[in-house]
Amino acid sequence: MKNIRWIAGLIALIAAGGVVVFLPVPSMLSWQSGFLARAFLCLLISAFLCLWRVLRGPTAADRAVAVDMLGILIVGFCAVLSIPTGRDWYIDIGIAWALQSFIGIMALAKYMEGKDFDE
Amino acid sequence: MNETIGVILISIGILFDFFGCLGLIRFPDVYSRLQAAAKCVTLGTCGILLGLFFFKGFSATGVKAILCMLFIILTAPVSAHALARSAYRSGVKPCKETVIDEYSETIT
Repeated sequence: MKNIRWIAGLIALIAAGGVVVFLPVPSMLSWQSGFLARAFLCLLISAFLCLWRVLRGPTAADRAVAVDMLGILIVGFCAVLSIPTGRDWYIDIGIAWALQSFIGIMALAKYMEGKDFDE
Repeated sequence: MNETIGVILISIGILFDFFGCLGLIRFPDVYSRLQAAAKCVTLGTCGILLGLFFFKGFSATGVKAILCMLFIILTAPVSAHALARSAYRSGVKPCKETVIDEYSETIT
């Protein structure tokens, strides 16, 4: 059973890698922008891995760790997306997301510890 | 030239992010998962932001990328420490293969 799950995960990863490599991108981009448009899909796959941990985490702490990781990944999304699309305001979204993710995770940690917020 | 350096840095960052998420899936308990997550934040996303700075140069976007990188470097270890502490205090045990647990002597 464990072997079967391992092999299924490997096949899923290889399929996702094939999608990343062989996906057609618009050819009017320069080669750096085309490469980054593919690399963004790789980030998307790792975000789905994080979501798997959020769904399956045995304890609440696992889910909190995965949500923290997801927030940092979204900052990476915004930074990568600002290059092929040419829209510079994506990095502003990244800064705001980093701020609110930090505050939210600190409040969540305090809450899980079981104390009052003003200790 | 600058754009090539930026693409290389962004590729390294994305690779580290991916391996961090793989560790988040594969590791056995909360504390080792937290270790994988915190490592890939510092080298992964900060690598992406540094690559963006190499792309854009000293424009408004590049300076914003440096600011965001500084903020993430300052806050990611703090939130990881808070999460580990709250997980321990809320009663999550380490996995069976753990060799030593010194925090349980301190906390009484």
